Amino acid sequence: MNAGNPNWLTSSGQKSIQDVSHPLSAEESVLSSPDIGNTTISLGEKDLSLLNGTPVDPSSPASSSSLLNRLQLDDDLNGETHDLFVSVDDPKKHVSTMETYISYRVTTKTTRTEFDLPEYSLRRRYQDFDWLRNKLEESQPTHLIPPLPEKFVMKGVVDRFSEEFVETRRKALDKFLKRVAQHPVLSFNENFSVFLTAKDLNSYKKQGLTLLTKMSESVKNVTGGYKLRGRPLEFAAMFDYLEVFTQKLGTIDRIAQRIIKEQSEYLMELREYGPVYTNWAAFEEELQKPLNSVSECVTNCSTALEELTDDMSEDFLPVLREYVLYIESMKNVLKKRDQVQAEYEAKLEAIVLRKEDKLVVPMDVEKCQDRMECFNADLKADWERWQNNKRQDFRQLLTGMAEKNIQYYEKCLAAWDSVIPLLQKKEDIKVEN
Amino acid sequence: MADCGSEGVAVIGNTDITDEESQDNKNNMVPEGSPLVRKMEISVAEAEKRTGKNAVNMQETYTVYLIETRPADSVAEGHNPAPDSLWRRYSEFELLRNYLLVTYPFIVVPPLPEKRAEFVWHKLSADNMDPDFVERRRIGLENFLLRVASHSVLSNDKIFFHFLTEENGWKEAVFETGFQAKSDSRLKALNATFRVKNPDKRFSELKHYSDELQSVTSQLLRVRARVADRLYGVYKVHGNYGRVFSEWSAIEKEMGDGLQSAGHHMDAYAASIDDILEEEEHYADQLKEYLFYAEALKAVCRKHELLQYELETASQDLASKKQQQEEMATGTIRTFSFKGMTSKLFGQETPEQREAKLKVLEEQIKEGEVTVREKTSECEEFVRNAWKDIERFKEQKDQDLKDALISYAVMQINMCKKGIQVWSNAKECFNKM
Repeated sequence: MNAGNPNWLTSSGQKSIQDVSHPLSAEESVLSSPDIGNTTISLGEKDLSLLNGTPVDPSSPASSSSLLNRLQLDDDLNGETHDLFVSVDDPKKHVSTMETYISYRVTTKTTRTEFDLPEYSLRRRYQDFDWLRNKLEESQPTHLIPPLPEKFVMKGVVDRFSEEFVETRRKALDKFLKRVAQHPVLSFNENFSVFLTAKDLNSYKKQGLTLLTKMSESVKNVTGGYKLRGRPLEFAAMFDYLEVFTQKLGTIDRIAQRIIKEQSEYLMELREYGPVYTNWAAFEEELQKPLNSVSECVTNCSTALEELTDDMSEDFLPVLREYVLYIESMKNVLKKRDQVQAEYEAKLEAIVLRKEDKLVVPMDVEKCQDRMECFNADLKADWERWQNNKRQDFRQLLTGMAEKNIQYYEKCLAAWDSVIPLLQKKEDIKVEN
Repeated sequence: MADCGSEGVAVIGNTDITDEESQDNKNNMVPEGSPLVRKMEISVAEAEKRTGKNAVNMQETYTVYLIETRPADSVAEGHNPAPDSLWRRYSEFELLRNYLLVTYPFIVVPPLPEKRAEFVWHKLSADNMDPDFVERRRIGLENFLLRVASHSVLSNDKIFFHFLTEENGWKEAVFETGFQAKSDSRLKALNATFRVKNPDKRFSELKHYSDELQSVTSQLLRVRARVADRLYGVYKVHGNYGRVFSEWSAIEKEMGDGLQSAGHHMDAYAASIDDILEEEEHYADQLKEYLFYAEALKAVCRKHELLQYELETASQDLASKKQQQEEMATGTIRTFSFKGMTSKLFGQETPEQREAKLKVLEEQIKEGEVTVREKTSECEEFVRNAWKDIERFKEQKDQDLKDALISYAVMQINMCKKGIQVWSNAKECFNKM
């Protein structure tokens, strides 16, 4: 499978958006029709970023073959790419007069020939990841780009430099890069290679970024107002699914937070409970050891509880949060797809209105249709992949939660088990006497 | 041989700690003579709600408890005769205990279960008529009767026997003993504490111990109730997972079944806490009994103080009489007194008068000496008896509390095992997703 990938990717994935912008904007001026107002024009501009970077020539069979490639990819959904391994670790704090920030070590190991070396290791900070994600979103508009952890944190509420915060963020960044690296299209994106290998990322960053980010923002804004003729059922179902899933995820998140809160309060009470036994032991003779051992046992249980609660807030909650963002990314892609469809429908409508020669379907309309179909195929593939990831992630997450709880109970069980012989000990002596 | 009973119990406690019945060995008091419990099987079989008119002709609802007794040897011989039974109200138990307190001031009289529920976690009703509360009080009252019946002194009391065996005329019989008159004199004890000059060190220590026991058990009960509240919260919030997993499963294909059944396990987890905490209330009741026992210990101390005070007053009286006698004999007044002043102001008494006074004094001194002797021996006897019972009590307390701690540990172990079970089931379901 991987043998086929690079070929196809050189023709589509790795083309940057700038390469194709000119021909399209030329088309745009030809096409603008009186029936479709400003919206269409802005939509037309947008589709620069929507196009997959593949110059589509309707007269050649290239489009169908590229579709075929995509379909082949679909079959290989479960087999994600396994020749590129990335990891994020070793956060470091940098303090300068200008700013204080955290950098992370990004390590890459690969067998891909596109890379000069089999291994890279360099340091990146959050804004570099942010740059990468924007670049991916620009250059791969038809694909689902995994989310980054939230950029902004409430000042005063969260300490950006605290160990827990940095560790949670590190995990999220690691997850982000792994998701990209395992994606059969995204992992071949040249910006990704740059991110993984370039000594100096700043020189890349300076290349015209601002305009494009603004545009992708406007994409999000316009979408809401546009009515589709008919969204295909499968995509409508995706929207519905995401709606319900978001809701359930929100509920799970609230439950998990509530449990953490209840557990913390339980922990506080337990911390008070244990010492009462010690106080009691202080003025007993025969009962001194039994009471002390119960106290110690309660302390052990509270330690186990604290570990459980920490695990829940550090490992469980962030994954839920990531999925909330992941859903947002997915919704964005779905909306973009809607726009491409809308654009196609608008153009088709324009033709019908003009009642032109029905035998000749204009080239640009066909292009548009092709573009839409490419988008649909990409999206479906990513959707399947996403569903699959989600299933695995939640299996892991929930199994992990169960496992942590089992461990907690096992620790408590061991503590109480060990207390029983201590409680009986005195009696043994008594019997012997 | 006196230790035989407690040794036997200790062995039972050792060999089978999980057996509920073995926890019931509260009645392991050293038999002296033959406690009633050896001859008679006693139980409080059931409780019943009744409505009737009280003293001021007001309608009231109260609970009566059915006391059943059977001769022990007939049970041992394999006969199973129908038990004799009678109904008693809580207030009658109270009267019985008051009677015992007054009649046997040197004995640590077993306490009654609380009149109103205290130290309960919030989910448990504190209502006097609540079935759970009535049931726990039934057990508490039975425990009280068994403790009295196994006490070498108390169990041989006729009024107690009457209480168990004859429904009618009991109250009258109690009042006939005139115990109330004695109980009124107990009021003096309230002030005795501050007047005793040479308190018995052992009793001061015992009083100090009772204070500490009372404060630590009530603190323990309070904190335990809060711990139970929090634990309840932790479990119940998990129940929400049950609902959300089941709702979520509706939109999932592969994950659906696993989620759905994991949800059921979460429901089971949330429900399991009710039984766990219900069972823990038994432990709370055991602690409560010792909270009330602390009061009974204090009562013994107070009675000792009263006796000590009476002895000291008598000795003081005697000493002052003797001093007067000496003064009159030698004609010197060592201490300033009103009497001395008047004799100085109004002249000397006649020799006849002096003679008569000396005679009276001599009589009084003789009487005083008898009183002091009596009080001394009464006090000594009280100390001897009380100390014997206190030793017995200490042994009982150490054993009971050790057993209570063991059964508490067993409860915790069971809870942990249940937790492990439920989470393992859930884990299996999650794993299948």
